[in-house]
Amino acid sequence: MSEARPNGAGARPLSPHLQVWRWHLTMLGSILHRATGVGLYAGALIAAGWAASLAAGPEAYQAYCGLLGSPLGKLVLIGLTLSAFFHMANGVRHLFWDSGFGFAPRTADATGAAVIAFAVVATAALWTYVFLTGAA
Amino acid sequence: MAGYRTPLARARGLGSAKHGVGHFINQRMTGAALVILILWAIAAAVGLARADFATATVWLHSAWNAVPAALLIGVAFLHMNLGMQVIVEDYVQTPLSKIALLTLNVFVCWLGAAIGVFSILKVAFGGGAY
Repeated sequence: MSEARPNGAGARPLSPHLQVWRWHLTMLGSILHRATGVGLYAGALIAAGWAASLAAGPEAYQAYCGLLGSPLGKLVLIGLTLSAFFHMANGVRHLFWDSGFGFAPRTADATGAAVIAFAVVATAALWTYVFLTGAA
Repeated sequence: MAGYRTPLARARGLGSAKHGVGHFINQRMTGAALVILILWAIAAAVGLARADFATATVWLHSAWNAVPAALLIGVAFLHMNLGMQVIVEDYVQTPLSKIALLTLNVFVCWLGAAIGVFSILKVAFGGGAY
């Protein structure tokens, strides 16, 4: 076993480790994609729970909706909305990458910024609509 | 010591040599389907936000709502099963914890999908509470 030397002879490839890399937009997008994915994992369980509460009857459904409609519940739902819009738009960005498009650093930065902006604007627009129309 | 090991011994335990592409394709196909299903789900959720039990039940009685809802649950749980698998494989190094978490991930995803789809079908076909 030889010592890992980032720049020396016989250097081994190093992982882009969080502590040694300067933060940049494409890295932020990649990390957010995973983080929002984990959040949406919980979100899917919450959605399945909604269906289960509806199947369980009126009391269970009222209780579940009361939980979702509470201030904490609304905060979780807003977070899930933001996660869903980000993960969806960034997923489409990944599909373009998989087809061989958008790898130029400038393009990757621009699409990364666009995805974050879209997620924030879409979430703000949706929840403004929800609160203004009294849907929730 | 390593010099005496055969190439096969070095390759063993590092994962499949030919099934990885299935994971890659399934992750992207479910992802593409979820773009449509999630947009539908967000619209449906806004519409149902203030719905009482009766309204929500009638809503799920319609095939136009029950079919996309069941699809959403099925496709979403497949997609997150694949995604969480990659995260565990990337970050968990201890073999025992890794196998335990990969198994837990599969169990949680299939259990969640089964409960979700069963509940949707129960409401869609049924007359109400248990």
